[in-house]
Amino acid sequence: MNEYNFAYLDEQTKRMIRRAILKGLAVPGYQVPFASREMPMPYGWGTGGVQVSAATLTPEDTFKVIDQGADDTTNAVSIRKFFENTAGVETTEETEKATVIQTRHRIPEAKLREDQIIVYQVPIPEPLRFLEPRETETRKMHSLEEYGLMHVKLYEDISQHGAISTAYAYPVKVLDRYVMDPSPIPKFDNPKLEMDAIQLFGAGREQRIYAVPPHTKVVSLDFEDYPFEATKADHPCDLCGAEDSYLDEVIMDDAGNRMFVCSDTDYCRSRREAGHVGRLVEENTA
Amino acid sequence: MTPLLQVKGIEKRYGARIGCADVSFDLFPGEVMGIVGESGSGKSTLLNCMAGHLEPDAGQVIFDTRADGPVDTVTMSEPVRRMLGRTDWAFVHQHARDGLRMSVSAGGNIGERLMAVGDRHYGDIRDRAIDWLGRVEIEESRVDDRPSAFSGGMQQRLQIARNLVTGPRLVFMDEPTGGLDVSVQARLLDLLRGLVREMGLSAIIVTHDLAVVRLLADRLMVMKSGHVVEAGLTDQVLDDPQHAYTQLLVSSVLQV
Ligand SMILES: Nc1ncnc2c1ncn2[C@@H]1O[C@H](COP(=O)(O)OP(=O)(O)OP(=O)(O)O)[C@@H](O)[C@H]1O
Ligand SMILES: [Mg+2]
Repeated sequence: MNEYNFAYLDEQTKRMIRRAILKGLAVPGYQVPFASREMPMPYGWGTGGVQVSAATLTPEDTFKVIDQGADDTTNAVSIRKFFENTAGVETTEETEKATVIQTRHRIPEAKLREDQIIVYQVPIPEPLRFLEPRETETRKMHSLEEYGLMHVKLYEDISQHGAISTAYAYPVKVLDRYVMDPSPIPKFDNPKLEMDAIQLFGAGREQRIYAVPPHTKVVSLDFEDYPFEATKADHPCDLCGAEDSYLDEVIMDDAGNRMFVCSDTDYCRSRREAGHVGRLVEENTA
Repeated sequence: MTPLLQVKGIEKRYGARIGCADVSFDLFPGEVMGIVGESGSGKSTLLNCMAGHLEPDAGQVIFDTRADGPVDTVTMSEPVRRMLGRTDWAFVHQHARDGLRMSVSAGGNIGERLMAVGDRHYGDIRDRAIDWLGRVEIEESRVDDRPSAFSGGMQQRLQIARNLVTGPRLVFMDEPTGGLDVSVQARLLDLLRGLVREMGLSAIIVTHDLAVVRLLADRLMVMKSGHVVEAGLTDQVLDDPQHAYTQLLVSSVLQV
């Protein structure tokens, strides 16, 4: 194990990343450039998040990794193993026990606390990219707070689909100043972006870090006559019966039978352990 | 009366080459100024200096702002100048694709300026977009189509609608009818003339087409090698040109 420096990156690189993180926390929602390092995994596999986690972890931390809410996907397992091997930190699947949580595409259902840090893997940090591909121009738009274009995107959504169809990476305004891409979390998670924990966002390929400090105002963009809605499948979880959690739809057989289950596997497991049951469990035990 | 725009001693160089030099004039509210001259005479350079797209090497461009009265826009801060560019000023490009978002619907193109100044009611934005489509003679049913599905003339009319929706007080136009068929040009000119009159717009129009200035411009400036060689009321300049270059320009058109 000790052939690596703690958490793989050398101390100088970690200091550079920490400076970017601190700057990000000081200017919530602002994309701070940083010199992304080669990691022993390809871009698109969370290299931005991994670098932020590496600069954030201490030997005393307990680390959790989720991918689309699940602890047991290949991607989550390999990142967890990576830090077990390179940092020797404790790992866990329980949200409550983790001090640092790296995530792709979800915010855990359990309310995060002030002593926790959540690190998001970000593929495309620039929310204006969709309509304005020129980096020089989007930078200027951020610095001059010219965000009309963001609403043009929502306008297009409504005119094409009759409603704001953006379901992931739904743009937010942070602390009444910077418009930010919250990474491809479902918009159901957007209200949770106002939380007690520190939120760090890392984009490896694009070399950007940004952050939302605890208790920071985060507003999802919308129109007066088409207000933001944090929607989810209108269904309880078929395994644990939860009505308040974000659900994945799972096709069960060729006959088109489906089930809805919590995307947050830890949340679902802890509810079942506490005795909650959903439709399928009831049917099977009946 | 306070001029809407006072241009004083504008000069722009590209290295040793002169883009335009020593240009001064006043534009009063409701007035349309035409700028003509051969290719390379500095028309676009001058227009871009006035509209804040290029930084002049010397001179002032003083605009009578709503809030603070006459202010030099060359030295004002960039955010304030860009805000002017989205509200009281409009800029119509020769090529519609430079002034439109080709991947955004016609309604979104018109609505962008409204959203940029804070409109947040989808229904209102859409209603105003549809109203403006009508004013530039584009059918309401095209509101969700992208400009790439429009003809050149329609694209240009859409660009005009997108610019005028916020009720600007000053419109800069660089060859707004260039590159269009003659019949399409005539219709666009008619439309522009109607809008200018109806809205009481002030405008500065760059063109090398004397027919355009004859129809639209109250006053005319003739440029050659970056300098204004003659200026005056449009009819006077065209009917009784004083400068040899203007005489050449006018006679060359008459011969056609
Ligand atoms: N970006 C540039 N770099 C260097 N020289 C330039 C640049 N733009 C324009 N010029 C020069 O400045 C002079 C004025 O050009 P400008 O484009 O303003 O003319 P124009 O009257 O608009 O011509 P046209 O009718 O062809 O559009 C020309 O000599 C031109 O070559
Ligand atoms: Mg030109």
